[in-house]
Amino acid sequence: MIVAERKPVEKVLEMIAPYKKVLIAGCYGCVTVCLAGGEKEVGILASQIRLARNKAGNPIEVVEQTVERQCDAEYLAKFQDNVSKVEAVVSLACGIGIQYLAEKSPVPVFPGVNTLFLGANIDVGKWEERCFACGDCVLDKTGGICPIARCSKSLLNGPCGGSQYGKCEVSKDVDCGWQLIYDRLKALGQLDKLKEIIPAKNWKRDKGPRKLVREELTLERD
Amino acid sequence: MKEIKFENLKSGSNLEKVLVSGQFACTGEIGPPTYASFEEIDKHAREMKGKVDSINFTDNQTAVVRLSSWAASLRLIYEHGMEPNLQVVCRDRNRLAIQSDLLGAYAHGIRNVLCLSGDHQTFGSSPGCKGVYDVDSVQLISMLKRLRDDGCFECGAECKINPKFFIGCAENPFGDPFEFRAIRLEKKIEAGADFVQTQCILDMERFELFMEKVRELGLHKRAFICAGLMPVKSPRMARYMQTGVPGMLVSEEFCQRLEKAEDPKAEAVNITVEYIKRCRQIEGVAGVHIMAVAWESIVPTVIEKAGLLPRPTF
Repeated sequence: MIVAERKPVEKVLEMIAPYKKVLIAGCYGCVTVCLAGGEKEVGILASQIRLARNKAGNPIEVVEQTVERQCDAEYLAKFQDNVSKVEAVVSLACGIGIQYLAEKSPVPVFPGVNTLFLGANIDVGKWEERCFACGDCVLDKTGGICPIARCSKSLLNGPCGGSQYGKCEVSKDVDCGWQLIYDRLKALGQLDKLKEIIPAKNWKRDKGPRKLVREELTLERD
Repeated sequence: MKEIKFENLKSGSNLEKVLVSGQFACTGEIGPPTYASFEEIDKHAREMKGKVDSINFTDNQTAVVRLSSWAASLRLIYEHGMEPNLQVVCRDRNRLAIQSDLLGAYAHGIRNVLCLSGDHQTFGSSPGCKGVYDVDSVQLISMLKRLRDDGCFECGAECKINPKFFIGCAENPFGDPFEFRAIRLEKKIEAGADFVQTQCILDMERFELFMEKVRELGLHKRAFICAGLMPVKSPRMARYMQTGVPGMLVSEEFCQRLEKAEDPKAEAVNITVEYIKRCRQIEGVAGVHIMAVAWESIVPTVIEKAGLLPRPTF
């Protein structure tokens, strides 16, 4: 999932300082699962804003609404009514949802979360990055552990000299991605895979923002 | 001195000639300063002149902004008539910038290049900067080999006058996973490394174990392996390296010898000389690389006491 965290309320209050009526827009997708921008967090933020503004003697009207996915035009349409009645929107979706909503909104849309990474929920209250969305998966060569996301230097051909006792040179709290890869390949009896030299990567940044077009699914086909 | 006739040298560098002719190599290292002057580099260069076969210039070591390694290398060539070993890390430049710098470096007479990953940027002066790591050290080695042997850039385009470097790499026998270290070195040699300079040895037993694996894989016959050594002038520094530097192993014996010594600096020289002599006995070790970090002035003494003088000339 896309993992995000809530921005501090003070930051959000700064963004919406000039406005008297705002919409807090939630998303039932990834940000609900990582407890950053679902219906519940929309309610909490709305209450915090109302309280803060009342206390400051500058009351504000806050509308709350959450849709299935803000990265999907079909669901964004559901915001239309509310968006037309407010002066600004705070979106608690990931960066994709925030931008997509902003594209469709006549009023300013502000980010209510910081979008962090593509990761997994590894324990209660803990998330960790797992994928870099590099566009050319090498997991078949590395025992199912991504060297780009898990190695602090995104090295493709083994650990740097700073790997020790299973930890990364960056911090004793960070596992060395290549130690994990080594251990996994050893367990799988596939240590031979480590000998392969993985060539310099095409980072696929050659055509601006990356796009995917599947001709068989587009509506423009004959 | 008997004149040696060299054939098929890859770069023709002095270091290559020393190693190819089977003589025990001895190289030094200078960390460029964090200011815009050659003063300190000049001083150390004068101290090491005639004592080492080549001098490494570190590339923004510990991720701290320093005078660039190629600028320091040029100073060594033009001002001192000595041979540099240009260190290049993958942290600060993409493949385009690296190749560009190396064309210039070669045109200026630089012949040795040491390819490294580089310390992570969080260690240094700009911890929030974006590490590049467009290519890793193995890929960097491949890139230089292709440029040298096939005359083409990483992208495949032809390079009309191509740089012919003596390609070096590092390996850390003290990092983990230990079993992978020799395999990783094999990858670097496979990619095109001609010589190797190891992380500094402060645990000789572990290094000997590493060399056993190197010999099992026959790597010492495919590349020249130079043992990295560091005179450590204070017991406190030794302890710090033992516990505070990721990827370092410092033996208890090493620390205690410095702690018990009346004159730790003299003992540091003794240990380094002893280690050099031990390295000479290890099959597959072709030379030593002395990294006297913040103590460059001691290098000539160490080399002299180790019986490595005079250095070969060609």
